[in-house]
Amino acid sequence: MRKLLSGNEAIAEGALAAGCSFFAGYPITPSSEIMHYMARELPKRGGVFIQAEDELAAVNIVIGASLAGAKAMTATSGPGFSLMQEGIGYAVMVEAPIVVVDVMRVGPATGQATKPAQGDIMQARWGRHGDQYIVSLAPSTPQEAFELTIEAFNIAEELRVPVILLIDEFIAHGREVVVPPKLVTKYRRTVMEGGEEPFNSMNPRIAPPLPELGSGKYLLITGSTHDGWGYRDVHNFETHFNLVKRLRDKIMLNLDRLFMYEAYGNEDPDVLFISYGSTARSVKEAVNELRSRGVKAKLIRLKTLWPIDLELIKRLGGDPKVVIVPEQNLGQLIMDVERIYNPFEYRVIGCNKVGGGIPIYSNELVEEALKVLGSGGKASN
Amino acid sequence: MEARHPTRDYVREEVLPTTFCPGCYNGIVMNAMALAFKELGIYDLRSYVFVSGIGCASWIPNPYLKADSIHTLHGRAIPVATGIKLAKPSLNVIVIAGDGDLASIGGNHLIHAARRNMDILVIMVNNLVYAMTRGQQSPTTPQGFITITTPYGNFEKPFDISRIIVETNANYVARWCIVNFPQLKESIKEALAKYNRGFRFIEIWAPCITYVVRYEGKTAGGALKEMSKKCVPLSDYEKLPMEKRDGCIAVGVFKKELKPSFIDLYKSYVEKAVGGVNGI
Ligand SMILES: Cc1ncc(C[n+]2csc(CCOP(=O)(O)OP(=O)(O)O)c2C)c(N)n1
Ligand SMILES: [Mg+2]
Repeated sequence: MRKLLSGNEAIAEGALAAGCSFFAGYPITPSSEIMHYMARELPKRGGVFIQAEDELAAVNIVIGASLAGAKAMTATSGPGFSLMQEGIGYAVMVEAPIVVVDVMRVGPATGQATKPAQGDIMQARWGRHGDQYIVSLAPSTPQEAFELTIEAFNIAEELRVPVILLIDEFIAHGREVVVPPKLVTKYRRTVMEGGEEPFNSMNPRIAPPLPELGSGKYLLITGSTHDGWGYRDVHNFETHFNLVKRLRDKIMLNLDRLFMYEAYGNEDPDVLFISYGSTARSVKEAVNELRSRGVKAKLIRLKTLWPIDLELIKRLGGDPKVVIVPEQNLGQLIMDVERIYNPFEYRVIGCNKVGGGIPIYSNELVEEALKVLGSGGKASN
Repeated sequence: MEARHPTRDYVREEVLPTTFCPGCYNGIVMNAMALAFKELGIYDLRSYVFVSGIGCASWIPNPYLKADSIHTLHGRAIPVATGIKLAKPSLNVIVIAGDGDLASIGGNHLIHAARRNMDILVIMVNNLVYAMTRGQQSPTTPQGFITITTPYGNFEKPFDISRIIVETNANYVARWCIVNFPQLKESIKEALAKYNRGFRFIEIWAPCITYVVRYEGKTAGGALKEMSKKCVPLSDYEKLPMEKRDGCIAVGVFKKELKPSFIDLYKSYVEKAVGGVNGI
């Protein structure tokens, strides 16, 4: 059935389709509609909705619910996302599958509360202390918001990891047609039955199964460094190093499954755009326009913002004359792109605009591309 | 027959001895809990989940108790416990943490869980300082106390946490000193059995052996003797003239009720939702 949904509504519907039965949140623009939807729907469906006293509570309530077996989610924006960081790090350490939605607005601090931005992508990746790895996804349309929310739950459950869904306010509040897929693949964590270690795994690609609380396994769960059985070990090198390595490998060795993208345009472009979220939509128009003018152009749109498959991007991107990274921030993804396209060899430029709710327009991108191409493309040094 | 300490049935023997300082009252808290379980006929803790924060008191369940236990971030035991209880109401959820954890960094969660009459039992081991981090002033440190962050004597007024919780919608509030062992044990039993719904709060006054008792140059025995004099049953305390109350600790059950809990109310809320609220 076709529906007219905002990105926020699509996320809420996607979560329900994925089997989410638990939501805790604290009001904040521009994410609140997700909470409003869940407040209305979850009690009707036998689920739990609770409005928390703050975001610290919200994320930790969701972690508790997840450890007790529920598919659980919270949603917030910038300031609330900052408050949730310690909790997300805890979820990484105890391997609690949770989904955290961050509807990106202009920051830092309270910034411009109602205006869109893409400024939290590095925070989503590295915002916690210590070595820790998460997965973050960035939809470009309400349709994709629906689909990637389901994917977020599946990845969280499969890898026992927090998955962060980054959506910018343009998509969160823009209303478009969504066609929910007829068949939804729902993954659920495996529950430990025998005597496996709940915090260790022979195969580093696979998350260990967690026993159910109350099943007499006398589970020890701690955010401090722990061994495979959950016993705290705050002294030894091996215990810690093996733990953080396994938590990293669980993500990075699944790169092929986790890295999702769309490639659009010429095989072997002269102008390569790398973008994500709402910005990628202007880029697509720019690619069309450039191609209609005979310029070979391509967009690699990242649906997964972390982990990123640098090699694959290089293979898809080829050997362009110019690489443009449009973002609604002062340049964040470009730092990754420069690891693929060395800025001393390639012309790598950001196209950045943030604040006031003004999008990056396609004609600006076309002009930028033509200007750079006109000047020869490759870096002059 | 070999005498067996009753607490051993509820602890993970493989992690003994504990890392608590010699003379630490946390052992007495564990004993009171173990005896309460035993006397209630609860022989294993499989339907119980213990949730703690960060600090010495938070180590009581994790790793020492033979039960599911979750050692959370500093201050976040109550929200994690809330999530567990709401997602799986058949579990009995008990929070154990310190005064710093529950009354300072987690203070907002404490008053809100109490306001909601959330179905959890919270045991706050009030050792009057941040023990794990070397005895800094906590929100329950009495005035005049010398700690490492109040080297000239604490001039801030402490919280009376139990009194604060009494003023909320909580169902059960009690405070005992570590010397009131039988009453403490009975209180834990009551909060687990007869008053087994809603928010239950037990404060245990148990000054830190290292950073309070020894810091003041006292012995463990001497401190206990002094504490017995200071702990006044609630009814006697209320008869004391104001000027004599200072320095006394009112102990007893401040409140015991069986009002509908969060889960009770959520169930009726769900019925309303299924029926449709305002035609939604
Ligand atoms: C966010 C955060 N801040 C500070 C700390 C450091 N810290 C660890 S335990 C503790 C205080 C514990 O005091 P309390 O809760 O009273 O427990 P006690 O050790 O006294 O039993 C602090 C401040 C931390 N772990 N996390
Ligand atoms: Mg303390």
